Amino acid sequence: MARAAQRTRRGGGIRRGEARAGYLFIAPAVIIAAVFLVIPIVLAFWVSLSDWNGFQSPLNPRVGFVGAENYAAITTEEGLDQRNFGRAVRNNFYYVLLVVPLQTALSLFLAVQVNRAVLKGRGFFRTAFYFPSVTSSVAIVIVFQFLFLGTGAVNAVLRAIGVQGPNWFNDPTGIFHGFLTLFGVTAAPGVLADGGMLGVTWWEWLSGPSVAMMVLSFLAVFTTSGTFMLLFLAALQNIGAEVEEAALMDGAGAFRKFFSVTLPMLKPTLFTVLTLGLIGSWQVFDQIYILGGGAPGGTLMTPAYLLYESSFVDLQWGQGAAIAFILFVFIILLTLFQRWLLRDRKPKRRGPAQATVTGGVS
Amino acid sequence: MTASTNQDEAVMTPRRRTTTKPRRKKLGAKARSSLLLGYLMLIFLALVYIYPFLISIAGSFKTDSEATQNPLGLIPETITFAAYEQLFANSPFALWAGNTVFVTVCVTIGRVLFDSMAGYALSRLKFRGRTVIFVLFIGILSVPGVVLLIPRFLILNEVGLYNTYGGMIIPLLSTAAGVFIMKQFFDSIPESIEEAARIDGAGNFRRFWSVVLPMATPALVTIFILSFQGSWNELGHFIVSRQSQDLNTLTVGVAQLVSGTLGAGNQFPLQLAAAVLMSIPVAVLFFVFQRRIMNTTAGAEKG
Repeated sequence: MARAAQRTRRGGGIRRGEARAGYLFIAPAVIIAAVFLVIPIVLAFWVSLSDWNGFQSPLNPRVGFVGAENYAAITTEEGLDQRNFGRAVRNNFYYVLLVVPLQTALSLFLAVQVNRAVLKGRGFFRTAFYFPSVTSSVAIVIVFQFLFLGTGAVNAVLRAIGVQGPNWFNDPTGIFHGFLTLFGVTAAPGVLADGGMLGVTWWEWLSGPSVAMMVLSFLAVFTTSGTFMLLFLAALQNIGAEVEEAALMDGAGAFRKFFSVTLPMLKPTLFTVLTLGLIGSWQVFDQIYILGGGAPGGTLMTPAYLLYESSFVDLQWGQGAAIAFILFVFIILLTLFQRWLLRDRKPKRRGPAQATVTGGVS
Repeated sequence: MTASTNQDEAVMTPRRRTTTKPRRKKLGAKARSSLLLGYLMLIFLALVYIYPFLISIAGSFKTDSEATQNPLGLIPETITFAAYEQLFANSPFALWAGNTVFVTVCVTIGRVLFDSMAGYALSRLKFRGRTVIFVLFIGILSVPGVVLLIPRFLILNEVGLYNTYGGMIIPLLSTAAGVFIMKQFFDSIPESIEEAARIDGAGNFRRFWSVVLPMATPALVTIFILSFQGSWNELGHFIVSRQSQDLNTLTVGVAQLVSGTLGAGNQFPLQLAAAVLMSIPVAVLFFVFQRRIMNTTAGAEKG
């Protein structure tokens, strides 16, 4: 072995041709990454600074450079484009606010339950909770549309307990606004109607998620909780039974044990799940596309879908690309934040499994 | 990554066995009632997760009116295959399925090959710029997919691959995540194993193909599962890489069916039938590789 290592370092005849093989082996992956990822991103950045309207190539000489105009149109200049972007940010913000805490709590709960040593049939339960995560978004949306019809299964269940459910996917009412309506408040008080941000008044910012957006959030939780459950499960198995045993022997109750022994040890995974959730929930596109794009009342519109609609439907490619880059920078910042959070805890982590898992997702 | 999880299991299994017994004895009635409560809660939750799928399957065999009037029922009053017949008669469902199969097979073969080759090069072969390339791949890992919609369209348009199978397939042929998984796996195989073959005079490609690759089966299966599931369910890329109806995949075609461009109004059994059919291959894959999926690839989905 030692001799072999020496030979390696010297680089003798046996290693000849290795560099050439190396380039050859890595070439397909590098070429695909360069041609279909790096170069296109540079090209899109140019488009975000140009007035290209989708006609011919964005590199043809008639396309003009407009500087930061596209970015200004959606952020600082008053108008429809700014308001659309503002609304999309608001909608997505409420989506994140609903989805991230719910999916984290639910997946942690499921993992703890499924991890119980005495539980019978946990294979079955894992399968049940994880299955929605592998199914296609198109199929899941169809299922949810069917469940949440005005005359659908969910309303049938609600009727059985005496509640009249809304027409879920077609209801644009913001739930905070809806709640205020119960007290007769239907219009904005002056302060909230005048001021605003991104062309959206404070009153509108405070609308809450629309009923349709609530359903979309349930859908997201339904499809992601299984994945995150597995992350927590891996971490729980690393903690091992002994620590928990010890706590139980000490006479700690189940709740005490969970909050003062298990949860602190899960901290790195908890951070991972929270940040991955944050990163993922700013990228909702599929579901909104399938639901027909932003309806009802534009309350399902997200920045990720708006960038598609601006460019591919409205042919305002510059603005679409500008939204994409704003989103890009924002998500990269979240990713860096996550890496920073997790790097601090590295010495405490056990086993390489977790590192791989996080690497694989992000 | 697979190696480490197997290790975990090896450690976990005996430990579990030794600890269950005393726990049961010591914590008689109280523990048992909490366990029962846990069971009830889990069964309820499992129902919440599974029931939607069951009534969707049932719904696809109902008549249009029964599907809307009695959405909860698991057994249709009159079992009808009308939805499935309509699906094949009124929409080019078979064509969509054919396109999806073709694209998925190409992408999966490509990824298994290219990702393992790149992973091997980054792990084993010494050449200048290796570290730089690896760091760049790590950087690429964090590029969010949705941001690529416009760039991918632009480049495909530029190089004339827009609206072709090539444009749908080639950009997906390799992923940074896959390269990363393979590199990590090759790092875990001791180099001495190759040394013998090297001394026997086997060239780089030979060693890769007949010595290292067969040992990497667990990681290759992981890549296989990820890319099969990923490209079968892919929607965004196929929206921006083609326009022709002849190139519709299942995801794009069924999405059009749902948003009403093809199917009319309240034909829920039809939509459900499409959803059921398009989910079968991934469901089969899931049940075949269940243990592996839920142990190793963990969160690596939707990457």
